[in-house]
Amino acid sequence: MPELNEILIVSYIREGMTDSTANELLRAARDLSDQVPMIVSLAILGTDDDALAKIAISAGADKVYLLNDPQLNQYQSDIFVHCMSEICTMINPSIVLIARNAEGRELAPRLAFRLRTGLAQDCLEVAMDESTNRLLANRPVYGGSAIAVVACNADPQIAAIRPKAYEPLDFDESRTGEIIKVEISIPQDLVKTKILDRVSEESEGVQLEDARIVIAGGRGLGGPEPFEQLGELANILDGAVGASRAAVDSGWVPHSFQVGLTGKTITPDVYITVAISGASQHMAGCSGSKVIVAINKDPEANIFKDAKYGIVGDWENILPALTETIRELTDS
Amino acid sequence: MSLKIAVLAKQVIDPDMPPSAFKIDSSVNQVLTPNSIPPVVNGFDENAVEAALRIKDVQEASITVISSGTTFALDVMKKPLSMGADELVLLQDELLVNSIDTYMVASVLAAAIKKLGGFDLILCGRQASDWDNAQLPLGLAELLALPCITLGKKVELKENHVLVERVTTDGYEIIEGQLPCVVTVSNELGQPRYPTLRGIMAATRKKPTIWTSVDLGLDVSALTPKISLTDLFTPERNQECEMIEGENEADAAKNLALKLREDKLI
Repeated sequence: MPELNEILIVSYIREGMTDSTANELLRAARDLSDQVPMIVSLAILGTDDDALAKIAISAGADKVYLLNDPQLNQYQSDIFVHCMSEICTMINPSIVLIARNAEGRELAPRLAFRLRTGLAQDCLEVAMDESTNRLLANRPVYGGSAIAVVACNADPQIAAIRPKAYEPLDFDESRTGEIIKVEISIPQDLVKTKILDRVSEESEGVQLEDARIVIAGGRGLGGPEPFEQLGELANILDGAVGASRAAVDSGWVPHSFQVGLTGKTITPDVYITVAISGASQHMAGCSGSKVIVAINKDPEANIFKDAKYGIVGDWENILPALTETIRELTDS
Repeated sequence: MSLKIAVLAKQVIDPDMPPSAFKIDSSVNQVLTPNSIPPVVNGFDENAVEAALRIKDVQEASITVISSGTTFALDVMKKPLSMGADELVLLQDELLVNSIDTYMVASVLAAAIKKLGGFDLILCGRQASDWDNAQLPLGLAELLALPCITLGKKVELKENHVLVERVTTDGYEIIEGQLPCVVTVSNELGQPRYPTLRGIMAATRKKPTIWTSVDLGLDVSALTPKISLTDLFTPERNQECEMIEGENEADAAKNLALKLREDKLI
């Protein structure tokens, strides 16, 4: 059986802090090292701040690699893949964990191929096969209609993990660990693509990803106007409005409203869906909701399988009454 | 000078088929393809074909569609030709039977791209609707040592560069890439055009090039899967939905609001 040494996690700096997935992946790595003892390490790209390393140690890291360079201030695949590939070559980890967030969606496949290894993509859960010391990963396929278990046959074993699949550990400030500053030279001609401009189309008010309550509409709404009614209810509840891909593709609301596999991943306390059938690609973006409430005229709609509460009926009759009652309840 | 464009297209199980038609053969860990529901070209790949055609609308370009797999429904895979693409290359090999290993698929595609003399622009769908990996284009770019720009909603050529409007979580970025370049296309690009009657007639006459791993000169023994499938199953659902009722729909809505209040959710 192969000897295992180290699990390496990749993380980035966002607004001066380590991105939120780092602590989730530290939890995943600690769980793996409980099965088969391994050092849990975290590489933070874009900082040399010991304070951030100490936070990572409290969250479960045994070792933290800090890599700072002005070119790492903003994510750029050509540079970040180069740096991670160099770090992997240097420390030769058995396992690499990468969050499947905006950066990881580009970084994980490129890093795996550059290291001539495989990638277990979009994992919900990882575990060690203790008979082989190889990594096993659970992942949804066919839009969630099936779960695949995949094994990594090449080294390092790399898995991209869906954000929010793991709950971070409680901080333990008594934990100790090692902080290592890494230097990597970044060749001048590395960058082959250049960002010329950024355009923000973010809606005003509470942001979809941060909202405690989200009200989302789908194809069954039939046009852009009903989204104003959803907005009214969202206002009362201090929530945000979301949409299915069908509603976005129809041009009723901008892409920034989209919840699902190719849109945003949200984890509100309450997710109220109106005229959304609940295709698995949509559910991929909202399955972390604490409570799903479904309003749909088709009693066979997939959404009811994931909902805690449902009403079968016409949203045009249901939504106004729901909004009115909620207004009265929250006013009093 | 004419621009050489490749579009990578995958044949997939129709993602819109009714959930009741979805069955797994657990003895071989494979999804059973229902005979009554024909496969389709992956939706995002049709967006990529459309992106290529929009470039060809404004400048001289040739479009080669490349697909890899074990069996093909020819009439399905000819759809990009009927939309206006020029050539179809099918990479058909037993090597790819039930292959979930993107590395192997990318190696086969990279070999074919080299055999075809390379391309100025390689367009792909952002991900395939079967496994939703969004991995192959980035991996292929690595194998070919090319830059890769993902999630394009607009793809234009400007001199020796490609300009891409790339979808982000809160809007879009405008990215310039050096050619040759791999670009993935998202559905925000807009509806793919419908095949014209003339296009369908032309596609009927066109014969695809079919290559195996031998034609590509691949060393099959070196192509061992880096990822393998050990199990495939249908997930269980635990949630029991409580249907809220009332004298009429408005009354049910009122009861729902009361319920949410009772649970302290609102």
